[in-house]
Amino acid sequence: MRFELTPRTNASTMMRVFASVAAFITAFLIAGFVIWLMGRSPIAAFDVYVLQPLSDPWSLQELIVKATPMALIAIGLSYCFRANLWNIGAEGQYVIGAVLGSWIALKTHGMDAGFWVLPLMLLLGIIGGALWGLIPAFLKTRFGVNEILTSLMLVYVAQLTLDYLVRGPWRDPKGFNFPQSVTFDPAATLPPILEAGRVHYGAVFAAIAVLVTAVILGRTLFGYRLKLTGDAPRAARFAGFSSKATTLAVFAISGGLAGLAGISEVSGQIGQLQPSISPGYGFTAITVAFLGRLNPIGILVASLVVALTFIGGESAQIMLKLPLDLTQAFQGILLMCVLAADAMVSYRIRLAARGGGQ
Amino acid sequence: MTTFEAILLTIVTASTPLLIAALGELVTERSGVLNLGVEGMMAMGAACSFAAAVTFDSTLLGVAAGMMAGALMAALFALLVLGFAANQTGSGLALTILGLGLSGLIGAPFVGARRDPIAPVDIPGLSDIPVVGRLFFEQDLFVYASLALTILVAIYLVKTRSGLTLRSIGENHTSANALGLPVRQVRFWAILFGGACAGLAGAYLALVYTRFWSPGMTAGRGWIALALVVFAAWRPAWVLVGAYIFGAATVLQLHAQAAQFGVPSQVLSAVPYLATIIALLLLSIRHGRAIGAPGSLGVPFVPDR
Repeated sequence: MRFELTPRTNASTMMRVFASVAAFITAFLIAGFVIWLMGRSPIAAFDVYVLQPLSDPWSLQELIVKATPMALIAIGLSYCFRANLWNIGAEGQYVIGAVLGSWIALKTHGMDAGFWVLPLMLLLGIIGGALWGLIPAFLKTRFGVNEILTSLMLVYVAQLTLDYLVRGPWRDPKGFNFPQSVTFDPAATLPPILEAGRVHYGAVFAAIAVLVTAVILGRTLFGYRLKLTGDAPRAARFAGFSSKATTLAVFAISGGLAGLAGISEVSGQIGQLQPSISPGYGFTAITVAFLGRLNPIGILVASLVVALTFIGGESAQIMLKLPLDLTQAFQGILLMCVLAADAMVSYRIRLAARGGGQ
Repeated sequence: MTTFEAILLTIVTASTPLLIAALGELVTERSGVLNLGVEGMMAMGAACSFAAAVTFDSTLLGVAAGMMAGALMAALFALLVLGFAANQTGSGLALTILGLGLSGLIGAPFVGARRDPIAPVDIPGLSDIPVVGRLFFEQDLFVYASLALTILVAIYLVKTRSGLTLRSIGENHTSANALGLPVRQVRFWAILFGGACAGLAGAYLALVYTRFWSPGMTAGRGWIALALVVFAAWRPAWVLVGAYIFGAATVLQLHAQAAQFGVPSQVLSAVPYLATIIALLLLSIRHGRAIGAPGSLGVPFVPDR
């Protein structure tokens, strides 16, 4: 048995959208099979994972809350991935953004400081994430170090930094020795959009990021430059586009957006620093970016879809005693299905009986 | 045994899984395929080996299960990147995410269980030499196996015809295909070998290093193994050197944490990761970008019939 691949010349947008949907359905079928193997009812699991969250107004809000950081990060990653650069350290940029932004919140704690606190926190969040993202970018452009490995190693360093701060200098002295910071003042809290609602202004930032990115990628020279750098690096060089400048720019953008996601999550959702401030949003955002086909609107939809698996995973853990790891396994399967579907759009794939050479 | 000897012994134990996983990935990469899923395959190897070892009360079956699990995960990766010519970076990441999740599911019933230590194999006579004797000649079988594997991989790549084929496919798959070499077949076996090694490394972690299972116990070792291959410029002997340097860094930072000389433990925990970055940086400064990298590394291969 062997695979024969013939490139398709007429892959339409419709086909690409259909491929994502098909990948999603396939991933669900595989996950259902795994749940069945574990001796549970796939139908009950589907009900808890998908139908119940979608039919309950509280969890619909929760859906947006969870989708927000992933959409922000994945939008940033789409810049990198379009230019064929592999930033897989968004989780670390998210953490450092949250740390640097929270620094202001902790410094002004109890000072009854003014309206400027929150904008400054958000700004520092973006700067922190961007700087953390620029480390692998700089090492790549200046010294030619592989960005995949350095960006990932920096995730561990970022997490340990956060861990040190909340257990050491930033620990709440009145917190009964729990590793957490003080709760942020109202002035340092990202408010909900609707009063008494759960959805904070991070969702607005995500929406803005989607719109701005759609314009940048579709309508500007920079967008064209990214596409050219990714698809035809030689042509991009001949056109006079510096690949170094592109690398630094996309890492700064994706790091900045991850940092914004981090500080928004901490100040709008968690309300304090603690050793873990993310259930792996930075890694899941990679799946989101691919599922959304690196397209801003696609990423927005994909972030909501993947947020559903997080919420469904939590309720499945409580109601069906299904372990939370199932969610992560599902996300891995989903990403595989998306990549396979991608290939099916680009190539006509035929299974042929063994025979003849390759 | 003195403390010094004990430290040296733990360095060997900490280095062995890195060495095994990196050797597997080296063979995969020399065939031109970048598999970023080492961490996931290693986690699966650890979970499956521990589950099997506890269930059947057999270390041997545990090791076999770990290698099988790693190879099966690798086969999934091979289906994606060879069968579908899918993006290798994305597929590798997917494999890591899947492996970490799935290993959690498989290992969950075994949290809290423990395995007895594996008896070291004593080479009579030689192990009586002071310091060096115990260090080199009274280790568990895995350590000897990992050293033998280093030599075998080196001989295979340089001295055998099959190794030459593998390297030429990795260097330029288009030319290799034109010459009639079975590109995807060779790559399939190279990927499977990498997976089995990652699984074995995971088995070593669960059955010898910690002797228990906990989620996320691989703690980035798969990624460090990937970095080691780059660090070693795709040469087996340098993988051995690199693995022992990193093993030493890991163990020494643990001892420094225990000694408590005022440095926060998190700073010391960050040492292996920072060391990886610094090693890659120094290498790039000395040699320019990615020396020794196979020419077709990471490029999807589509045969033009």
